[in-house]
Amino acid sequence: MRKKSIRSIFDYTWVFTVVYFGLGFFNILFAWLGLICFLIPLYGALFQGNKAFCNRYCGRGRLFDLLGGKLGLSRHRPAPLWLRSKFFRYGFLVFFMAMFFNMLWGTWLVFSSARELRVAVKLMWSFYVPWGWAAGSGAAPWSLQFSYGLYSLMLTSLLIGLGVMWLYKPRTWCVFCPMGTMTQWICKVKNGNTNEMHKKA
Amino acid sequence: MKRKAKVLLEECVACGSCVKVCPRGAIQVVKGMYANVEPELCVGCMACARACPASVIVEAPAEMEGAS
Repeated sequence: MRKKSIRSIFDYTWVFTVVYFGLGFFNILFAWLGLICFLIPLYGALFQGNKAFCNRYCGRGRLFDLLGGKLGLSRHRPAPLWLRSKFFRYGFLVFFMAMFFNMLWGTWLVFSSARELRVAVKLMWSFYVPWGWAAGSGAAPWSLQFSYGLYSLMLTSLLIGLGVMWLYKPRTWCVFCPMGTMTQWICKVKNGNTNEMHKKA
Repeated sequence: MKRKAKVLLEECVACGSCVKVCPRGAIQVVKGMYANVEPELCVGCMACARACPASVIVEAPAEMEGAS
């Protein structure tokens, strides 16, 4: 009974995702909170050897469950094979990490005054959307640049996730989520080969 | 013949979607690597297969359970 009540609390972590994007709309500095979605799963995989964040806490996963499952905004079709392939999953991880470091590089350029702050959110790594109203005042330009960069990554991945949620199954994003792929890889390295583990089980 | 859920271990992404929907609590994610179905608890309703975004849960005859 207690297990059930704890589980139901975690079903509402989608609220954090909604609040995160809402806050970032009004003040981009809240984008820094997005680091939670990077650091907690990494901590879980590296130091506890599990994917508890994906399995229980991920607000984005719960949001897709809610929209695609309970609200019926999903066609519930199987994702195509290429989308589920290891080649695509690890390829997307490499691409996403490259874009993440590109974002850090942009932050460094602003920090070192080599480039001016770009007051815009970059969607799909290509399209600049003016977002000047959320810049606030008083924050260091590099800090704002990092905020815009991280919010861009988070919003882009949310839009992709919503797209595949509708096209396929609610949690299709989880198949190629870069953090999910990375933490599973860490767990496999840390805990051993899948087949060996299963033989022991 | 009685049928039960079987996870294709090598292709599982360990997202935990199946854990959430299993009415019997028969599935757990093992050390962040793959989902594992407890054969004694599985009733073969296949709710897990419908939820699995990677489509790596299949129906298998009960005597084949545990094989990967």
